[in-house]
Amino acid sequence: MGRRRFLGLGAVLTGSLAVGGKQAIADAAQESPPADAPWSQSIGAGVVDRPYGRPADTEASVIRRNVPWLTASAESSVSFSPLQDLHGIITPNGLFFERHHAGRPDIDPAQHKLMIHGLVERPLLLTMKDIMRFPSVSRIHFIECPANGGMNWRAAQMNSLQFSHGMVSCAEWTGVKLSTLLEETGIRNQAKWAMVEGADGAHMNRSLPLDKCLDDCLVVYAQNGEALRPEQGYPLRLVVPGWEGNVNIKWLRRIKLGEKPWHTREETSKYTDLMPDGTSRGFTWLIDAKSVVTFPCPEKPLDGPGLYEIRGLAWTGNGKIKRVDVTMDGGVNWQSARLHEPVLSKALTKFTLPWRWDGRPALVASRVIDETGYVQPTIAQLRAQRGSNSVYHNNSIQTWQVKPDGSVFNVQLA
Amino acid sequence: MYSSRKICLPIIAILLACAASLAGAAEPGSFGYGSVATPAQIAGWDIDVRGEDGTGLPSGKGTVDRGAEVYAEQCAACHGTFGEGEGRFPKLVGGVGSLRDERPEPTVGSYWPFAPTLWDYINRAMPMQAPHTLSADDVYALTAYILNLNDLVPHEFVADRNSLPKVKMRNRDNFIWTDPRPDTMTKPCMNDCVNAADVRISSTAEGRNLTPRTTGPLDTMQQK
Ligand code: HEC
Repeated sequence: MGRRRFLGLGAVLTGSLAVGGKQAIADAAQESPPADAPWSQSIGAGVVDRPYGRPADTEASVIRRNVPWLTASAESSVSFSPLQDLHGIITPNGLFFERHHAGRPDIDPAQHKLMIHGLVERPLLLTMKDIMRFPSVSRIHFIECPANGGMNWRAAQMNSLQFSHGMVSCAEWTGVKLSTLLEETGIRNQAKWAMVEGADGAHMNRSLPLDKCLDDCLVVYAQNGEALRPEQGYPLRLVVPGWEGNVNIKWLRRIKLGEKPWHTREETSKYTDLMPDGTSRGFTWLIDAKSVVTFPCPEKPLDGPGLYEIRGLAWTGNGKIKRVDVTMDGGVNWQSARLHEPVLSKALTKFTLPWRWDGRPALVASRVIDETGYVQPTIAQLRAQRGSNSVYHNNSIQTWQVKPDGSVFNVQLA
Repeated sequence: MYSSRKICLPIIAILLACAASLAGAAEPGSFGYGSVATPAQIAGWDIDVRGEDGTGLPSGKGTVDRGAEVYAEQCAACHGTFGEGEGRFPKLVGGVGSLRDERPEPTVGSYWPFAPTLWDYINRAMPMQAPHTLSADDVYALTAYILNLNDLVPHEFVADRNSLPKVKMRNRDNFIWTDPRPDTMTKPCMNDCVNAADVRISSTAEGRNLTPRTTGPLDTMQQK
């Protein structure tokens, strides 16, 4: 293209924008089609304008958020995924919930190493290059902080899907099976437990039974096809499918095999469940089956009577989702929802159910049944067993109150 | 007959051995990636301490008085001079006898089951803004000081690898380390499960003013 022609084209382009701009918008609004919107009358940005892509500017409110009054400092805190704006079973990497104990370290992968020692035949020190040479696997799993919903143990507190359920996210993880690494070191007969530890300032550590390590744990370096995000443990994290988020150690630097558990601070002072009789449950790793209606929700009210699709997510640490039932009347009658493929083990599962809303008050809730036959309990059933001081593992049915104006509120039923 | 059995047995043994090595775990080192960790490397990384018996506690020791000095300099700003906790920073004392209350206060004094875990946690994570900067002796001293603040050890107590595992923590015997779940059983009823007239809202988040904003333009994180 000659310089003159190029300049000419530019003049035409700017001219049409300047002259036609206002008129074009009016046309688009009133009689489209066939009138063009401004973005149809101009040329867009070229490739690699954004070498690493990002969402449209108008999606700027789809972000992780925290509750400032919840924790003393943002470095030992949590942020919530905006479930109200997500549409599938995979959480985009930038929206995956965060839980840090000493902030997000920015680690140089060239210097990061994983040590495996203790009751092994051959203690190993592995670089990231070494780890990436091992046979790789990719699996889709959710991770949920067991304190997800913890603010609702006592009463309905957060009028929001994001803040009541946003400490769950789901990704495709790629890495090496922990069993492959442990077989490479050789496991001594007396070994029954593993201590797993992070490279962050808190050197966060937990004990895990060896059986679980050998069953389905993964040491991963990638999340949804790209390297882990720093917030998710870059360059290396543990994924413990179906177990509470805290054991999925981020920035993984050390695995030690031993005969007995360690009873670390994170499995005594924290991540234990206080019962009404003053006793506490420890090593309650499993995430029980849980589901939530993601539309409608407090952030996404209804827009007048008519036909809607109720949408939601279900998950269980026990394996696969078998069924999800939905009620519109606070649990008097239930209907089974449609489960959407893929229905994967220890992954978020999507469900939907069409609903014609007549504009009258409604109490919308979902109830999941997993492949072991476990049924998601009500908050009243949970409280009858555990009181309301156990902080963690609130997997109760979430009820949304829909008012005649379409607004939606987080409520609990007696 | 006799001779064929004699031949057969070794063959079966070989076949069994082959089957076992195919089905079972690979030999250690069969990939050969990475390097074998040396004792010196392991010693540098091996910081964990077992709560129940103190396995892994290093040599060294610390007194309550020394602990008070280090604590005033490095910990009090967040945890309060006497462990009462500044703002929302965790309390390190108090709550004894509160675990069955409406608002329990789990602390080192009221909740923690094992004293060596305190040494381990301070050593691995505190002080929050400069972790892994304390000497083993100072971690022992801080542990002694916090235990003393909680009336768990006398003022003369000297913390070391032998004395810490012997400290009897108040809540030591109140943990159940096997998960009793599932602890709720329900049959999923589909129709007329409850009387519609009995469906009652017992609590609502409406009007509580606890929820930060989640919609609209970029959040300012102001409380609503
Ligand atoms: C900048 C503030 C800050 C300073 C300084 C600080 N801490 Fe902490 N400490 C925290 C926070 C925040 C937590 C909670 C961390 C978490 O849960 O992830 C904590 C947790 C603890 C706990 C565990 C409490 C429990 O019941 O689980 C102990 C023990 C502790 N700190 C001891 C110390 C000691 C000893 C020092 C001084 C060497 C110190 N801290 C300095 C902020 C601080």
